Amino acid sequence: MQETARTAPIMARSGLSEAAFAWLLISPALLFIGVIVAWPLVETIRLSFTNATLGGEEYVGLANYADLLASPKFYDTVARTFYWMFLSVSLKLVMGLIGATLLNAAIPGKALFRILVMPPWVIPVAIGVIGWKWMYNGYFGLISGLLQEFGLVQDRVALLASKTSAFYSAVVTDVWVGTPMVTLFLLAAMQGVSRDLYEAAWVDGAGRWYRFRRITIPQIMPVIVSMALLSAIWTFHSFEIIWILTEGGPRGATTTLIIDTYKVAISSQRFGEGAARAVVIVALLAVFSLAYLYFLNRVNRHYGAK
Amino acid sequence: MGPNEMLIDRLNIWQKIGLYIATFLFLLFILMPFIEMLRVSLRPMSHLMTAEFSWWSKDFSLQAYRDMWVTVPLLGRYIFNSVFIALAVTLATMIVVVPGAYAYARLEFPFKALSLGGFLAVNMFTGAVLLIPLYRVLRTLGLLNTYWAMIIPGIAFLIPTGIWLLRSYLEKIPRELEEAAYVDGASRLYTLRRVVIPLATPGLIVVATSVFIGAYAQQFLFAITFNNKREYQPLPAGLFEFVGYQDTTWNEMMAAALTGVLPVLLFFLFLQKYLVAGLTAGAVKE
Repeated sequence: MQETARTAPIMARSGLSEAAFAWLLISPALLFIGVIVAWPLVETIRLSFTNATLGGEEYVGLANYADLLASPKFYDTVARTFYWMFLSVSLKLVMGLIGATLLNAAIPGKALFRILVMPPWVIPVAIGVIGWKWMYNGYFGLISGLLQEFGLVQDRVALLASKTSAFYSAVVTDVWVGTPMVTLFLLAAMQGVSRDLYEAAWVDGAGRWYRFRRITIPQIMPVIVSMALLSAIWTFHSFEIIWILTEGGPRGATTTLIIDTYKVAISSQRFGEGAARAVVIVALLAVFSLAYLYFLNRVNRHYGAK
Repeated sequence: MGPNEMLIDRLNIWQKIGLYIATFLFLLFILMPFIEMLRVSLRPMSHLMTAEFSWWSKDFSLQAYRDMWVTVPLLGRYIFNSVFIALAVTLATMIVVVPGAYAYARLEFPFKALSLGGFLAVNMFTGAVLLIPLYRVLRTLGLLNTYWAMIIPGIAFLIPTGIWLLRSYLEKIPRELEEAAYVDGASRLYTLRRVVIPLATPGLIVVATSVFIGAYAQQFLFAITFNNKREYQPLPAGLFEFVGYQDTTWNEMMAAALTGVLPVLLFFLFLQKYLVAGLTAGAVKE
């Protein structure tokens, strides 16, 4: 490599300063984010103060927000979204921790098991969800069939047809989509833990469970915590899973904020009202993330990570 | 391999059996939908709808794998579109990410921390929140109902993670080689192109693989919102053509889904060590 550089013809040095060169390098990224994220964000905020539809738009002040605050249904949706997020993220972390521990165990075949855990993560989300939609089906679905086979239910159950079971079915599918990635992240973190720590503890007579609790968990805690934040943000926004399974139904039982926003803004093309909902989502997530980052900082300090 | 390493990992037979059973159950949860999709794809529609539930049946056939191309004539196109869109997004994202990541890994400039924080904050948004103005931006640029409508938004949301991952990789490469080249009179851009990029190739593969996964997995929303031209539709959206007015040909839909993702799954099989390496780079703080 050095050779190439040395024998290369001396290129004219650009007269750019380090700072100008740096800004030049990041400018394409800035341009993309500006046009596709920053400007639409500003525009969303502006639209939220209008009654924009396909026909036109008029400034309406805070009317869209006032409508939201006056609607009991909206509070239900917010509460449901947070419940959906907490339940799904906790389960993903638990499943991911179990999965990573299993895949990290020194048993023959672990290389194969690591590959087998990947498919839900690397295929399009929508395709896995179609598989689940079939399995939840009441007439010929696998889950209903199994429940009958084991005598747990008398008749076939259409899991997506009743409110409670539809909600928890959507949670299970979301956990299924998210588990492989959490598993692989935690597995990578576990493999980064120094073996010396384990060996020292082992020499002192510490058992497996003790080593897991007192070495593995504290060492990977920063990764668990950042994984939890990322999953929380993605789950909060998760659209495809619910949309394909239930489109927010039955009777709103699986309508999270993002589904509500999509229905209002895109399906019924009430852009202004939809934009107000989008702004609420962004604000809630921003507050949540800041609170979380503050917490993350404290956890990192507590566990002595840099 | 010290003697400790062998002893510390030693499991008795019951522990081994327990681990295998637990691993089996875990993988069963992960793979169940695929096993079920395969089972459905192998059975004729009439039997799926009427027969009592049973695990095994004598009527397994590959008929659905033949019929699916007739029911949805554009199926091949959808499979191609998915891969094409994901590859285009990956290529464009990498072109933007490489210089950006280099700047954050190596150079000092005003507002460095602030702008990096700004990029990472993009992770708080997804296309779903910004759909309304995005729709208008794409309409203004005349890009609705083209491949670009699915490619451009995809790029923007993958840039921040790409920069973050590649930056931490570049920081691990020793500076000396670059400095030597620079001292020898090579320009900054030349150093980046001829010294840094070749050294960073494994890191680039890792980041490109993660970007590809993101681009391949999440095409549905942009496709159903920004594109209504059938010939540009990616597989996840195209599959819904198996949902007919009268009834859904589930067996063909499952056959098409499995056939469509198979090439990519095989591809990932070869890249899996890079996948795990990419996670390590992102997950473990340096």
